[in-house]
Amino acid sequence: MAGFLLRRGLFAIGVLVLISIITYGIFFWLSPDPAVTICGKACTPETIATIRHELGLDQPFWLQYVQFVVHFFAGTEYGTGPTATPCTFPCLGFSFQTHQAVWSMISSRLAVSATVAIGAAVLWLLAGIVGGVIGGIKQGTWWDRAGLTVALGSISLPNYFVALILQYLLVVQLRWLPFPSAVKFSDSPTQWFANYLMPWIVLAFGYAAMYLRLVRASVIETLSENFLRTARAKGLPSSLVIRRHALRPALTPVVTMFGMDFAALLGGAVIVETVFGLNGVGKLTSDSITKNDQPVIMGVTLLVAFFVVVANLVVDILYTVLDPRVRIPR
Amino acid sequence: MTVPNAEASFGLTEVEAGPAASTPGRGRVVRALLAKPQVVAAAGFLVLLVLLAVLAPVLTAIEGSGPNAFHSGAVDSDLGGMPIGAFGGVSGAHWFGVEPQTGRDIFARIVYGAQVSLTISLATTAVTTVVGVVLGTVAGYFGGVVDTVISRLMDILMAFPALIFMIAILSALPDGNRTLLLICVLSVFGWPYIARVIRGQTMSLRQREFVEAARVSGARLRHQLFAEVLPNLRGTIIVLATMAAPGYIGTEAALSFLGVGVVPPTPSWGQMIAASVNWFTVDPTYFLIPGAFLFLTVMSFIVIGDHAQKVLDGREA
Repeated sequence: MAGFLLRRGLFAIGVLVLISIITYGIFFWLSPDPAVTICGKACTPETIATIRHELGLDQPFWLQYVQFVVHFFAGTEYGTGPTATPCTFPCLGFSFQTHQAVWSMISSRLAVSATVAIGAAVLWLLAGIVGGVIGGIKQGTWWDRAGLTVALGSISLPNYFVALILQYLLVVQLRWLPFPSAVKFSDSPTQWFANYLMPWIVLAFGYAAMYLRLVRASVIETLSENFLRTARAKGLPSSLVIRRHALRPALTPVVTMFGMDFAALLGGAVIVETVFGLNGVGKLTSDSITKNDQPVIMGVTLLVAFFVVVANLVVDILYTVLDPRVRIPR
Repeated sequence: MTVPNAEASFGLTEVEAGPAASTPGRGRVVRALLAKPQVVAAAGFLVLLVLLAVLAPVLTAIEGSGPNAFHSGAVDSDLGGMPIGAFGGVSGAHWFGVEPQTGRDIFARIVYGAQVSLTISLATTAVTTVVGVVLGTVAGYFGGVVDTVISRLMDILMAFPALIFMIAILSALPDGNRTLLLICVLSVFGWPYIARVIRGQTMSLRQREFVEAARVSGARLRHQLFAEVLPNLRGTIIVLATMAAPGYIGTEAALSFLGVGVVPPTPSWGQMIAASVNWFTVDPTYFLIPGAFLFLTVMSFIVIGDHAQKVLDGREA
């Protein structure tokens, strides 16, 4: 087990290093020169050259990347004199648009993104697993068909479109919910809840449909397995067969998918947060796109990649515990 | 299943990598599919959409407005630019109404947007299918080091948070030919989902007697691959391609919605919905029309893909 953990951990670190090089490379080679952006209009080539030199942008790629890694761990300072902004671990760079350290911009918004992700995850896991298990056990019945039809519809609806329909119906026409506004939980728990309700539902909508289809297929496949035929042949009542023998192996694929999906959402539900004006990491990303704030987009990309890689690692370890058929590879 | 809700894992297909079923005859598959009213409706809608896209210049000429022509007479400047008339200004001159403020014709923007959407999604489907099938068969048939390299590459690409990476790449790239850029970026992240399934099927086909017979009887490699393996993958390839296309349509729309996809003045459905966000309380037609087209297009592809998979799996013929 220790060897397995070590190997998987090293692979995860390797992937992270690779992703950081690729991400850094994307912005190094593809994006417009930040020196030109900082310099603004009416700018001479000499000023640009000075800025490039001050920021170390005239260094070769590998040196700049290594410096980025060193700054990430050891921290650095941007600017000089009294206006200098410190950037401590984990230093992801500095936004030239807002003049803040990227990490402080991201970290102050993580709580909102986590709230969005957790609430939606509860909804979609409930709907997807319950619907999928019922559909899988009672294959071909009215329930199953209804579930599949709803899933087909919601899998085909883009979530920004669902968001607009829901807002139009619930807020504009029926007036059941207030217009979304930023309210702290401590100020008014009910209004806070009403605010998050629509984002949760909208986000959960598409995922629930996918999970329903996945769980249903997985349950049907598991029910045809030999060990379940054995359990039934022993004379166990079918509810017990399903509860004790079928559910666990049928639900393990959900763990893999959930790990990836949830981790990516922790780094911001870009579309849903933007549509509902929730000030999370996703909103930060879309705002940074509009303002062409490259360092922030790079920071968010690295953070999401980090979450996903860690989630993959956790899922791999959980798998060996959850599924008795999975043997730890030596 | 690739999903238009682009926040979900990108390009996740549900197509199982079971042993390749003996592909039933082409005529029988098409007949079995056309016996289902849902499939006929879905195919009918897609045919209509292709016609709309191809005939866009003709149709807009008949209707009388181009996609980028402003019609200040169709909006009420006293009401902040609200379209004049019911349902967002639907009239004989503007079949789907007009945009608030600018008064651009929505029908014209929908049909030209269909061109963009279909071009990007079909081109991406073609590229990912070719790359996925080639790399998948190579990895599955030859195994060994080649397989390890291709499989690791797929693992890493699929571990990438695709949407955020596509946003990063597209926002970093300068404006150029956005359509071509989108096809490239979508393809880079799309092919592993096809290659993974093809690889699995090739591996099991390789063990089948007829392929082994061809191999030991000294058939050329080209014959083994093109005459023995590939024809048996035909059904899987069609299903995979049909399942991949709606994902690309949804992702393109989502990227355009976020402002990193197709850039104005080129019309795109995602962009139209993004613009309608500020108007949804007073002019719901503005978001309902592009949204409905997006929804129906994606659903049509999924319906056809679902049923094609069932028929080819022999679950119902």
